[in-house]
Amino acid sequence: MSQTRFAKSHEWVRLDGDVATIGISDHAQSALGDVVFVELPDPGREVEAGEAVAVVESVKAASDVYAPIAGTVAAANAALVDNPALVNSDAMGEGWFFTITPRDKADIEALMDADAYEKHVESEG
Amino acid sequence: MADTETLLETPLAGLHRELGGRMVGFAGYAMPVQYPAGIMAEHLACRSGAALFDVSHMGQAELRGDGAAAALERVTPAEVQALRPGRQRYALLLNEAGGIIDDFMVANLGDRLFLVLNASRKAVDVEAIGAALPPGVTIVPRPDRALLALQGPGAEAILAPLAEGSVAAMPFMGVLESPVAGVPALITRSGYTGEDGFEIGVPAEGAEAVARALLARGAAPAGLGARDSLRLEAGLPLYGQDIDETTSPVEAALTFSLGKRRRIAWDFPGAERVREELDNGPKRLRVGILPDGRQPARAHTEIAIAGLPVGEVTSGGFGPSLGAPVAMGLVARAHAADGTALQLMVRGRAIPARTAPTPFLPHRYKRAAGIIAA
Repeated sequence: MSQTRFAKSHEWVRLDGDVATIGISDHAQSALGDVVFVELPDPGREVEAGEAVAVVESVKAASDVYAPIAGTVAAANAALVDNPALVNSDAMGEGWFFTITPRDKADIEALMDADAYEKHVESEG
Repeated sequence: MADTETLLETPLAGLHRELGGRMVGFAGYAMPVQYPAGIMAEHLACRSGAALFDVSHMGQAELRGDGAAAALERVTPAEVQALRPGRQRYALLLNEAGGIIDDFMVANLGDRLFLVLNASRKAVDVEAIGAALPPGVTIVPRPDRALLALQGPGAEAILAPLAEGSVAAMPFMGVLESPVAGVPALITRSGYTGEDGFEIGVPAEGAEAVARALLARGAAPAGLGARDSLRLEAGLPLYGQDIDETTSPVEAALTFSLGKRRRIAWDFPGAERVREELDNGPKRLRVGILPDGRQPARAHTEIAIAGLPVGEVTSGGFGPSLGAPVAMGLVARAHAADGTALQLMVRGRAIPARTAPTPFLPHRYKRAAGIIAA
């Protein structure tokens, strides 16, 4: 399993074989607050990097979740439909949103590593 | 981020930071939207125990002079002249077209009236009320005062030992001037959550001491996020979302605030429209809405029936106590009956929903009957 990478829009990506798993960062779940609903993409959907493909709703507001890389949606995390609070309790693990078969795996390496992401979060204040 | 440097602060700004409040801009003020516990926990703490909200951003003003009650009736359809000393009432400020300039609270303190106004509207209100006053009656804003809301079934037990006067004896909408934790306070038994509770007005310099005393006795600090989800479950409208200058009291389903005498005399701004809508029905009506499933529908979501628009969601979110999404909206009167099937157009998809009576959760106010029963 590869190192976890991060997008500026606060998603994480982890490559395992040919499939990349995507979720929102712990910082993002903390900023959103209690998650009450998620809307997930259908498998087979072609997505571009930066495309809004999922929605996460907290008590207060709805936010888009973006595909950090281009590719084809392979699966969505059905567990989130029944238990959206998984996003809060385990954002980087059980709270994953969807998987993508990357168009180009090298796109993942171009994203931020954990240290760079931490600096990015600090810069956003 | 919003330029927080230009936002005003309440006297509790330091306490909010100390408690880890996440500050956001609201009506020109830096206010806590939540504390580390989160909106869900703060909401549930209010329903099961007691929550403390800083609502010092709201407008407070006194109406002084002989005939203040009659003067206020020039701009509101509420019964103010018959409001007894020690009592408070909910009222609407109307424009000549019958639109709602604001909703507010008016308390009779014996020698003067005391008003609590929405933060976003207080300047407009003071102007509108001031313009209608006869010589000898004046409106005096009190920006030197802070306001705390202690809400929930545990509120009385928390406040009672700190107050010199008997808050336990206060009925819903009762008013008591009494020191709290040694600070002179104006206490009303009212709020914006559907729960029993109190609003406590104090001089700005005494606010932190009172807030700390209430927190020390077990009140959970709660922010604007919980305040919004609590009032939504309670079916209470929010000015600027559910009601505004285009909405009439009849459309807003707030006719309970029209005084009986006023509905005989029809001597208030916009009376013609209100009377016509009472006789023939308004074009649209504020209703409660329960979406099916778990997906919230937010403000400005289109409401449709068979693909045709019939209205708009004005407030919507997730109700933590209901464990389900809740909303309210304005719909064409023909489709406003309880149980009407609606579609909420969320991101291009139709979410099934139905109109429902409000409040979504029963109010638990300390009514007079409750005191006798207790």
